[in-house]
Amino acid sequence: MNAFSVTFRRDFAMMWSGGGALAPLGYFFGATMLVPLAMGPERDLLAAAGPPLVWIAAALAVLATLERLFQADLEDGSLDQMLLSRAPLEWIVLAKACALWCAIGLPLALAGAPAAIALQAPVERVPAIVASLALGMAAFIGVGLVGAAITAGVKRGGVLIALIVLPFFAPPIIFGSAVASGEDVGAALLILAGCALGGLALGPIAAAAALRLQAE
Amino acid sequence: MLNYLSNPQRFMGFSAWAAPLFAVLATLLFAIGLPWALVFSPPDYQMGDTVRIMYLHVPAASLSLGIYAFMGIASFVSLVWRHVLADVAARAAAPIGATFAGICLVTGSFWGAPTWGTWWEWDGRLTSMLVLFIIYLGYIALWSAIEEEDRAARLAAILCLVGVINLPIVKFSVDWWSTLHQPASIMRSGGTSIDDSMIGPLATMAGAYAALFATLTLYGMRAAIFRRRVEAAELRNAA
Repeated sequence: MNAFSVTFRRDFAMMWSGGGALAPLGYFFGATMLVPLAMGPERDLLAAAGPPLVWIAAALAVLATLERLFQADLEDGSLDQMLLSRAPLEWIVLAKACALWCAIGLPLALAGAPAAIALQAPVERVPAIVASLALGMAAFIGVGLVGAAITAGVKRGGVLIALIVLPFFAPPIIFGSAVASGEDVGAALLILAGCALGGLALGPIAAAAALRLQAE
Repeated sequence: MLNYLSNPQRFMGFSAWAAPLFAVLATLLFAIGLPWALVFSPPDYQMGDTVRIMYLHVPAASLSLGIYAFMGIASFVSLVWRHVLADVAARAAAPIGATFAGICLVTGSFWGAPTWGTWWEWDGRLTSMLVLFIIYLGYIALWSAIEEEDRAARLAAILCLVGVINLPIVKFSVDWWSTLHQPASIMRSGGTSIDDSMIGPLATMAGAYAALFATLTLYGMRAAIFRRRVEAAELRNAA
């Protein structure tokens, strides 16, 4: 058993238990529902502008889960144990990120299919939208790790993490929306993959640096 | 010199004469620059008198980028060498940079309305400048959100360094994307393309904004050091 698999399984079990992905999924569907309520249900308008808005709902839903990512560990002392372990903290943070992606990111990406159809996306585009959401979730999580680590100790830090992290959500949203609108799907998916890989490579480094400061 | 000034005592001695000097310099440069730019400079051959907004907009824009770079360097120095005053400098500079970014966005909007026919466009340059403004706000909010000052300092330093990636995006956005915002006319390969009669007032205004930044940052750092001394004295009295 190495540190990565232990952390992954622990975090996956924690996120999956007690309702697990239901709350973020509910948030996602609720936010999606608000779109036609705000834009009016006219089919053509929704078909033209609706599918990219799935990305806004997904970004907000994942932001809500990022907030608690490190707070629980900071409060109950698990963070100190992670610092004491022989495995590098960056590796453990990456394990948590992977657990978050598997437990919540992937279900959100799959839930993007009915949400996109509800927003009148053409059915041929839906597989590309789900793939782009899966990559986008990885990108969001990679960048969101840093915001979550920085605001871990702050009481009522929910708004603060949004303010810090949202500017960095912009590139995945821009390219994910391109996929949702059907323009340059191949190129946009490649760039999204780049954002995801970059975020997962660099995010844990900054997040671990911030976590070492939190634990003092 | 950075090392010499890392001692708060010596810094206070330096800023006691440097801050008023920069204040006088800023007042002088604004006194010369504002009339020169707004009244006595030539109108543009295409835009007419609307071009005068440029003398407010361009220095604010380039300085907001420069101030963020200053904060990035200060954050790096603070994290790596534990320089005592680097985080104080970054914290003092942030509101000034945020205000300059805000001035850039607002004056740009007023300039775009008559010349482009739109108050706002989501092109590369405007979007990345807005992102810079929001990053500034997040940095300032982070300092206030965390109670212990040294932890706040180092977390804010990490955040500032993560945000540095936006600087090249803002600078090169007009080259990478086909944007509504015009391409670079001053800092570009091949020399400047701006007319000589406009460089004078533009440089004066840029110097005025820079002197204003130096003044406000130095006074802000002095205020922060005085506040720390007061808090330390209160703690000693309570003990």
